[in-house]
Amino acid sequence: MSIIVNKNTKVIVQGITGSEGSFHANQMIEYGTKIVGGVTPGKGGQKALDGTIPVYNSMREAKIETDANASIIFVPPRFAGDAIIEAANANIETIVCISEGIPIRDMLKAKEIVDEKGITLIGPNCPGIITVDECKLGIMPGFIAKKGSIGVISKSGTLTYEAIAQLVMNGLGQTTALGIGGDPIIGTDMKSAIELFENDPDTEGIVVIGEIGGTMETEAAYWAQSHCSKPIVGFIAGKTAPPGRRMGHAGAIVSGGEETAEAKMRIMDECGINVCESPSEIGITMKNIINK
Amino acid sequence: MKIHEYQAKKILKNYLIPIQDGYTIERIEDAPEIIEKVKTNFKTNDFIVKAQIHAGGRGKGGGVKYSKDSLSALENCKKILGMNLVTHQTGPEGKKVNKVLITEAYDIKKEYYVAITLDRAKKKDVFMVSSEGGVNIEDVAKNSPEKIIKVWIDPMKTLDDSQATKLGDGLGFAGDLLVSSNDIFKKLYKCYQEMDCTILEVNPLITTTDNRIIALDAKLNFDGNSLFRQQDILDMRDITEEDPMELEANQYNLNYIKLEGNVGCMVNGAGLAMATMDIIKISGGEPANFLDVGGAANAETIKNGFKIILKDKNVKAVLINIFGGIVRCDRVADGVVEAVNELGLSVPVVVRLEGTNADIAKQTLSNSNVKIISASDLGDAAKKVVNQAIKS
Repeated sequence: MSIIVNKNTKVIVQGITGSEGSFHANQMIEYGTKIVGGVTPGKGGQKALDGTIPVYNSMREAKIETDANASIIFVPPRFAGDAIIEAANANIETIVCISEGIPIRDMLKAKEIVDEKGITLIGPNCPGIITVDECKLGIMPGFIAKKGSIGVISKSGTLTYEAIAQLVMNGLGQTTALGIGGDPIIGTDMKSAIELFENDPDTEGIVVIGEIGGTMETEAAYWAQSHCSKPIVGFIAGKTAPPGRRMGHAGAIVSGGEETAEAKMRIMDECGINVCESPSEIGITMKNIINK
Repeated sequence: MKIHEYQAKKILKNYLIPIQDGYTIERIEDAPEIIEKVKTNFKTNDFIVKAQIHAGGRGKGGGVKYSKDSLSALENCKKILGMNLVTHQTGPEGKKVNKVLITEAYDIKKEYYVAITLDRAKKKDVFMVSSEGGVNIEDVAKNSPEKIIKVWIDPMKTLDDSQATKLGDGLGFAGDLLVSSNDIFKKLYKCYQEMDCTILEVNPLITTTDNRIIALDAKLNFDGNSLFRQQDILDMRDITEEDPMELEANQYNLNYIKLEGNVGCMVNGAGLAMATMDIIKISGGEPANFLDVGGAANAETIKNGFKIILKDKNVKAVLINIFGGIVRCDRVADGVVEAVNELGLSVPVVVRLEGTNADIAKQTLSNSNVKIISASDLGDAAKKVVNQAIKS
């Protein structure tokens, strides 16, 4: 078992004819992901990736022709909000949006539609999701992950890889790893991701990596305290970030008292999460808990 | 993106929101003429002289002065224009005032606070008002949160009549004032929505002794991701308000923020970059910067990153921490070797490369004759770079 995606997930790549889209479509296929089609408006009828993948003009058409249940978005940020809405209106069950730099107002609208329809959105501005040895719907280096029993949830891209590598070094594989993104408005949040792992019988422990800004980590911690039976290891990046400065991610800025790394770590600790002071202790902390 | 008060007021004026109006000067020679122009055009005998910098707390720092007549307005222009203004938002080094806004003055009956921003938890915009205007709103929020009235606006809708009325009611407005505040609040939200603002703040919004509502100040911040469709806003950018090193880094597509420490770091990805700063601190050092080289780092990016980091004379050692996904570590290693050969490194460099093609990269580094300290993992890298910084 796993969460959100598995070997039966059938995927449409939105923006498949672009350089990012085609590069990562190839990488995903290499990993074993079932890519059944692509969408680029105006290029319907063509074949992408050396003539192997059919291209459609719209998500609606692609859905009818391929019966896909997932899509991944690589379109430029100014069109990405609409791309999410298009996929949602085609009743795609899982949408992963990789695009970075989407206007907040566009995301607010897309998010409302996705939530109304009960669709799972991951991202935007995220590395995507990987269910080890089954399906990669994203841009992470698949080879670093190993099959196992730990679920990984992270706001950041390369810090997700860091956590995966540390787990592997400590002899722990993963069920699914997902990067939820660090933008102010995102689809699947930390709390819902923890809930999915809690309900996944193969997941024995959960790694949660957050950062400064927003209150998602504390909300997730309060929820987990009374609803999650599995051990959680947590880390919050940005203890040394000065207040009022945006640290890369659009959401990574401290604007209120509970948005600092210290405050989040304290609340997570109070809620029974095993908080790592240092980012180098994520793997070993989980190992010590699992092997107890 | 931030803009000045006078620019924000111009935008509000376009939305027909009543503002405290005026003109700006950059040279003191222009002051007498502009003061007379404000006097005539806005039919006022007294003035407010206001420093235009991208930071709050200007009044407390001496950057906003009431002037009872033209002569005192001129005196205040002389005091404020060119001064180094220190506020709680500028940091102790302060900011030089290059521009001054001279405005009409109003007889204030009462001051209010008005702001619109995104409520991330609710995924909706929140419109907030308070009758405790003019003061530090953070204190009000902390000590008497019941004095802040809030309404949340659905992403597919705009501020409607009943919401606007709730806000006006909450401030105690009735009759003509309520009609007027309804109109102003709806226009403010329309502006916020159409201009892709992330913050719209009017502090204070005032009622005058002759029962009008006026925006005395205006602060607008904009969503950087939306600037492609807000050319007018982009044109208002004032780069003299920005850090020159951060601007230079932007030109290289690097995301750099200068900090106070002496351990420079160069990392791919914002989260890992913050985590690297954190572990430097935990290992007993102080990070000199945040530097995210992004998802497309190559030899050129690394070289530019070095240039930026080494411009900061506080830097005693540098840590390069790259976890290759799309970024190939061998290209990063090429960049490190090139940079060292070209720039001639004055400080020790610790390198930790993991992920895609890390093995080839390690080979490249050990085959080169550049003096680099390699590290096996994040913890090891942090310890080594802090030791180097202490030694040198």
